[in-house]
Amino acid sequence: MSRAVSLASSVAWVGFLVTLPLWMDNLYFLHVLIIAGIFIVAAMSLNLLLGYTGQLSLGHVAFFGIGAYASSLCSLGFEIHVLDVPITLAPKPVWFSMLVAVTFAGLCGWFIGKISFKVRGAYFVIVSVSFAEVTRLVALNWLELTQGPMALNNIPFLKFWFPGIGDVDILGKVPNYYLVLGVAIVTYVIIRRLVHSRAGRAMIALRENEPLATSVGIDVTRFLVLATVVSAALAGLAGAVYAHYVRIVDPDVFLFIYTVTMVIMVITGGKGTLAGPIVGGLIFGILPEVLRGFEVKPELQWIVYGVLMILIVYFLPDGIVPAVRDAWKRWTGRTGAPPAEPTGTAVPAEARP
Amino acid sequence: MSATLTPSSAAVAATAAPGPDAAVALAVTGLSIRFGGLTAVEDMTFEVREGEVLSLIGPNGAGKTSAFNAITGYIHASSGSIVYRGAPLVGLKPNQIAEHGVVRTFQKTSVFNGLTVLDNVMVGLHRRAKQHPLAIMLGLPGVRRDEARLRDLAWEILDLVGLRARAEETAVSLSYGELRLLEVAIALAAEPTLLLLDEPVSGMNPAETGAFMALLARIRTRGITVLLVEHDMKMVMGVSDRIVCLNQGRIIADGPPAAIQSDPQVIRAYLGERYVRARG
Repeated sequence: MSRAVSLASSVAWVGFLVTLPLWMDNLYFLHVLIIAGIFIVAAMSLNLLLGYTGQLSLGHVAFFGIGAYASSLCSLGFEIHVLDVPITLAPKPVWFSMLVAVTFAGLCGWFIGKISFKVRGAYFVIVSVSFAEVTRLVALNWLELTQGPMALNNIPFLKFWFPGIGDVDILGKVPNYYLVLGVAIVTYVIIRRLVHSRAGRAMIALRENEPLATSVGIDVTRFLVLATVVSAALAGLAGAVYAHYVRIVDPDVFLFIYTVTMVIMVITGGKGTLAGPIVGGLIFGILPEVLRGFEVKPELQWIVYGVLMILIVYFLPDGIVPAVRDAWKRWTGRTGAPPAEPTGTAVPAEARP
Repeated sequence: MSATLTPSSAAVAATAAPGPDAAVALAVTGLSIRFGGLTAVEDMTFEVREGEVLSLIGPNGAGKTSAFNAITGYIHASSGSIVYRGAPLVGLKPNQIAEHGVVRTFQKTSVFNGLTVLDNVMVGLHRRAKQHPLAIMLGLPGVRRDEARLRDLAWEILDLVGLRARAEETAVSLSYGELRLLEVAIALAAEPTLLLLDEPVSGMNPAETGAFMALLARIRTRGITVLLVEHDMKMVMGVSDRIVCLNQGRIIADGPPAAIQSDPQVIRAYLGERYVRARG
């Protein structure tokens, strides 16, 4: 796709999404979009690890949950006792708490990246799953800090200061919708810049051929850690946005099923593509609600969910976005300029069985 | 010595053949490599001088690739020292060795399969890029300028190896000979001062081999020292300034191509009587 076409389609998309609340008065559907958007941000951050460095993190929800808890606790304040020494934190402004959450999630990502610097493939999966389980148990059992299963309640909402307008409460559907949209665009731009740079190429090189990558001087560990940090920080940001939107956080945010949902979004949409997690996230974020609209029973919903995923993975193993891109290429290739002169080594498409 | 070479290769060797007084670039001293009880390389000592093309030859299993892997940090030497331009390389990781300008290719064809030819070279340019992660995420204009500069460098390298026409193709769609050229292009992108080529023309037809020898001549004119492992004797005799012959992990001969060709030990161990008869 040419640059002009892709730019025009991006602008059209963003324009559509910005004006959506103006003509969409179904608040429930807006809520569905907000939750889907938050998951899309998390899925985009997972894609940086899974799609670009090729490392499957099955504990990605840990960073999401850490962001949610860190931001909530910082904005609510807390008092804990370590060895009978009380440690207190007065409530902080929400925007500051969110920054703390992003930083703290990024630090956890750095830690995970460092301890797993030598493990790849299955071992990386085990490290990440264990990490997620540990964070869930901490959230469940450190009652003094997290209230455990009683959950953190009455989490304050974000106040945003706009020049000329003053403070705006990010409370309710429409302001949160715009907040999520903004965060999603920022996330997309950051990841896009990364993958089209020296850093992103180093990550892709690690995925494609690690010995060759090191032979040209790429410190693969360093860039794996960088990917983990950025990925974790963005997942933490998604968690913080989630916490100040639903305003109640319990240990269920660490459930394994949420990691699975993110992985499904990335894989069906197309891992290693910028648009993949967005497409996958829209499908699997909105689909349950569409099914509910048709009054499909919950058990049946899960079956439809599963069958759809199997069909996508079976027929489009690279995901939806690469399949559409290839189809587009074939289409423009046929109608557009004639292809370059055939080479002796290339196998003609008709010759294949 | 060039008088004894075949005419086609004389031009290659004459471009920049360094004298015997050229500075030592790479010094391998007493290198031994053992895998458990098996000794792959034993007490290997040789030097590569600045600007020369040195070939390591020897029958299969003689320890050539093991020596390559030890020099570039992919396996650990059991004993001995490897010094490049005064810097010891033993114990460094492959990427740190690349930082010293020592870059290799692999015996088994090794490229970034899923990327385009141009992007393959762009990955190779990693060492020459000046982009801080924060600057990348903030989208600073310096990053975009750097990307443009890298792209120009990548095109220049593709011109050098002759792959410009294939730049937008995915690496998997290349022919075997083109893949081997792409490997060299990736290695050249990393700005080597010492380039280690592991059987670069194995599996190539004579025409492709000839083109590769011409490429090697162009690489020399850039002042890049080359350490070559190769089985194709016509190529080795044609491009090398000096040859080190290994057998069963030991060096059995070291000298210019003409001397190696007539060395009785080499003929017995490696080339065999038939080669001598064929030469007439």
